[in-house]
Amino acid sequence: MSALAKIRETFRRDQVFDFVNKQDYSRVDTSHGQILYVEDVSVSFDGFKAINELNFYIEVGELRCMIGPNGAGKTTMMDIITGKTRPDQGSVWFGQNINLLKMTEPEIAQAGVGRKFQKPTVFEHHDIFENLEMAMAGNKGVWSTFRARLSSEQHDRIASVMEIIGLSDCAKQRAGALSHGQKQWLEIGMLLMQNPKLLLVDEPVAGMTHQEMDKTGELLTSLAGEHSVVVVEHDMDFVRSIAKKVSVLHQGSILAEGSMDEVQNNQRVIEVYLGE
Amino acid sequence: MFYMLKGDRGGQALLLLLSIAVVLIPVLNLVVPEGHALHVSTFTVTLLGKYLAFALLAVAVDLVWGYMGILSLGHGAFFALGGYAMGMYLMLQIGDRGVYGNPDLPDFMVFLNWEEVPWFWQGFDSFWFAMIMVALVPGLLAFVFGALAFRSRVTGVYLSIMTQALTYALMLAFFRNEMGFGGNNGLTDFKDILGFSLQSDSTRVALFIASAVALALGYLACRAIVVSRLGKVVVAIRDTEDRVRFIGYRVDHIKLAIFTFSAVLAGIAGALYVPQVGIINPGEFSPLRSIELVVWVAIGGRATLYGAVLGAFIVNYSKTYLTGAAPEVWLFALGALFVLVTLYLPNGLAGLSKKKEAAV
Amino acid sequence: MLSFITKNRFLPVWLLGLCLLPALASATPPVGSDAFAQAVERLQVKSYKEREAAVAALISSQDERVKPVLEAMLNARLFYTKKDKITVIGIKTKDGFSITGVLDQKSLGNASKSQLKKIKVNNKLRRILRAGIAALALSDPAPEVRLSAVKQMYGKLDNAGIQILTAHYETETDSKVREEIQTLLHIHDLSSDDRNTVLKAVAALSKSLHPEVRNKLELLKDSTDQEISAASGDALKHIEGQLAFYAKVKTAFFGLSLGSVLVLAAIGLAITFGVMGVINMAHGELIMLGAYTTYVIQQLMPQYIGMSLLVAIPTAFLVSGAVGILIERLVIRHLYGRPLETLLATFGISLILQQTVRTIFSPLNRSVETPQWMSGFLEINPALSLTYNRLYIILFCLLVFAVLFLVIKKTSLGLSVRAVSQNRAMARAMGIRASRVDALTFGLGSGIAGIAGVALSQITNVGPNMGQDYIIDSFMVVVFGGVGNLWGTLIGGFSLGIANKFMEPWAGAVLAKILVLVFIILFIQKRPRGLFPQKGRVN
Repeated sequence: MSALAKIRETFRRDQVFDFVNKQDYSRVDTSHGQILYVEDVSVSFDGFKAINELNFYIEVGELRCMIGPNGAGKTTMMDIITGKTRPDQGSVWFGQNINLLKMTEPEIAQAGVGRKFQKPTVFEHHDIFENLEMAMAGNKGVWSTFRARLSSEQHDRIASVMEIIGLSDCAKQRAGALSHGQKQWLEIGMLLMQNPKLLLVDEPVAGMTHQEMDKTGELLTSLAGEHSVVVVEHDMDFVRSIAKKVSVLHQGSILAEGSMDEVQNNQRVIEVYLGE
Repeated sequence: MFYMLKGDRGGQALLLLLSIAVVLIPVLNLVVPEGHALHVSTFTVTLLGKYLAFALLAVAVDLVWGYMGILSLGHGAFFALGGYAMGMYLMLQIGDRGVYGNPDLPDFMVFLNWEEVPWFWQGFDSFWFAMIMVALVPGLLAFVFGALAFRSRVTGVYLSIMTQALTYALMLAFFRNEMGFGGNNGLTDFKDILGFSLQSDSTRVALFIASAVALALGYLACRAIVVSRLGKVVVAIRDTEDRVRFIGYRVDHIKLAIFTFSAVLAGIAGALYVPQVGIINPGEFSPLRSIELVVWVAIGGRATLYGAVLGAFIVNYSKTYLTGAAPEVWLFALGALFVLVTLYLPNGLAGLSKKKEAAV
Repeated sequence: MLSFITKNRFLPVWLLGLCLLPALASATPPVGSDAFAQAVERLQVKSYKEREAAVAALISSQDERVKPVLEAMLNARLFYTKKDKITVIGIKTKDGFSITGVLDQKSLGNASKSQLKKIKVNNKLRRILRAGIAALALSDPAPEVRLSAVKQMYGKLDNAGIQILTAHYETETDSKVREEIQTLLHIHDLSSDDRNTVLKAVAALSKSLHPEVRNKLELLKDSTDQEISAASGDALKHIEGQLAFYAKVKTAFFGLSLGSVLVLAAIGLAITFGVMGVINMAHGELIMLGAYTTYVIQQLMPQYIGMSLLVAIPTAFLVSGAVGILIERLVIRHLYGRPLETLLATFGISLILQQTVRTIFSPLNRSVETPQWMSGFLEINPALSLTYNRLYIILFCLLVFAVLFLVIKKTSLGLSVRAVSQNRAMARAMGIRASRVDALTFGLGSGIAGIAGVALSQITNVGPNMGQDYIIDSFMVVVFGGVGNLWGTLIGGFSLGIANKFMEPWAGAVLAKILVLVFIILFIQKRPRGLFPQKGRVN
């Protein structure tokens, strides 16, 4: 944006300054049924367009799978939604009232967007209980964190999440010592502790056995409904087993959207995946 | 009250030793007559007091480095700033007993032909004002620097180099006479503190006790942070900063709070150090000093607070001994210590004992 | 300008002819040693008039021994012995004089005052002598000698000098000397009584940067003559504008030379830190080793100072490079991926290296000599002269940079280095021996530090602490320029150097340095990846 355009934008008469109109992050307005609006988003790195006029919407309680070849922009898309990367243009709204592009990563997380990384990222020097405790929703200011003591309800909450992710038996085990699959679950468990309204899950079953995969699938489908879930995955079998609606990402924009069968029979998708 | 010492055997031992020393050393120095086998000389008391100040500094460094993963090469500067604040108070207590006998101006200002005390010396004739400054000045510097650096996510070695540059810039500044802090010579020739002569044994013992109490309180405060959820988050920041951000913590705020607190502790350590050694000069700002104190923590064992105390005592005792016995050897030894500890003893001496415990 | 000749009748006409000497030399006998000897003998006559003639004969003899005789005579040091009537130059000692024969230029031992008779000079003779000496120099075949002769006449120009210069101007072929003479004559014209002459001179001098011009114009500005006053005011303004410009050029030059020192010190670091990501706190000590290598080589070949410097460059590269490889193999290799630990360990190494040097060479600074061709300065005009050592450092810095750049971009080692730094695992899969490349890269960076040490030994003190003076600056340059970018280091170093020098006049050296440091600290907050960030996806 040129300097002049920036100045114009700043002094538009129909808008008040941002600091006057503080966003209220605590309540997300989903009265229109959508929880995430991604519109016209583009971003490029050194001339390479990683995301190109991307548009999609996620409904409340939906479980959406995103597939696409390597380099299609899946991780970059998550980076944009969670505030790690700023797009060159476009808008990303959480519900109707929260503009995610104006927020930092912690603010976005506090507003109710949880994210699991592609590579499982847990706090390896802490035990499982502590990992979950830190992730727990609540006031995360410096002083409150210093004064924080676990109430018995919170204790129960952690215990129940450990139950869900199947790690109840090893609460005092250091996270660094867990298997790859267990780390994936622990990370999902940390997401749950945050009480997010929207979960972004990047490759949740990478490095898992079939049994573990089934269990993960069950977990994710059970989460949908109460939460909205976006899953990025390579494993087609897994996607087929859980997906109701699938979006295909290609060269930074949505190539096709629909049920798994529709997508699989889409001519352009077949070209991208098989042809060329 | 002492919940934070639960399971911290090193800390328990440290506090026990400190309590014993606080009772025993004054008795052995003031009551037991000189010449008696058990008499502890005032020289030794002061030396120990100095080590205690260093130990507090080491604890401060350990908190940011060992726990939060920020290798600050600027804690020597915070220490020195605290020291200078104390030095300014002591300087104004000299009154007309200086070489020039000027009741209002410290000697070096008379020497520079200054007419009056510059504005930033105002108020330092009050002990309590000076004590506030001891905490405020290093804290404020750390706050401003940290606010800038952590917001723009300068991390790792970049941050270390930036802190070193900051220290270096301060050293150059304090070497200048125009700065009004005594230039090259710094502040020295102190006479008394709160009306008590700094030369008298009882003042020395009192300073020793103050240092021990400060170390104990500083230790407990750091320990309270470390065992709290905040402490866990701090360690999590060290290990995986991004993840902490994505679960909703303002990493920059946390870093800033810990960094500033640690700088305040360093300033207090400096304020305790100055009246005991009787001088503060720009040499304290030298990058070597800042980096040397990192090795105290490294050898004691980072991320164990008592390890930092242990390291400070061991390295400083060796330094006192070696610079007396074989001055050329000291830098060789210090250099070798840096290399060997990082290569072979990444968890320091505290790590050794832990390993043994684990083995048993 | 030629108007003087008619106006001044103070000098014998023959002296003017002198200026044409080179042209006349072949035509006017008698010349040579006989003429010289005769003329010297004639100096001993009583009459001043005769002596004048003798001096004239002396000068026209064109013997190379003439100049010392004239100078001695002017300074009242020319004598003849009472006994043998030998003409001698006497230098006063504690008791009497130490004398040297004029003809054979051999020392004749000591003589007491009573044994000697002074050859006396009066004012007129003095004037003739001065003019003669100047004229002699002006007739020298080497243009540099003529130029310096003209320059020496600034400020002590009398009518005789004017006449000589005016006459010489006609035959002078060297443009520099001509220009100098013209300036000199114009300066003289400024004090003329004739308005038009003065005005012409003012106009001609408005481009001259000679300090004397400013003094004179300053006086003329207060002249009662409106026109002259205005003209000299304008000329002064022009000159001062020029001077201010050249002062800026000079500051920029100082800045460039400081910048090239910074670049030299930092460029090795740009390799080890920028390309490999290794924090080497012992980098400054590797520079120091290079400087000490220069010192040792000079000690080994004291009679060839210039040569020793050339030998020192490759030697320092090898010494520092070898130490660097040793450090990499023994310590850094075990610490890859742990940058903070590397920082601490290499700091330890820096202490050990410092103390080693202190033990071997003493803690005091050693002096390294500067070869002849590096001292002196290049004069561009009276307001701007560039010292050779700074000039060479700038050129050397650019040369080192160019060579290093080519090594990284064009050689197979450079290719491997870049491959390993970008993707270690991949490079290894392609058959590159990553650990060997690491060692060589580190050796290269360290060797460059050694070369920097050779250069630094020419401009600063060589001592055990010299490394510490450069380490922080070097890191600042690399971080400021953008890690992993050699161009960034070059431009970063030069801009910091220039910024520093431009701040020095109003801030002082130390404060300027502090300001630069503070600026970089703030700059890095704004652009954490430096001036020229390495391209690629932000991670």
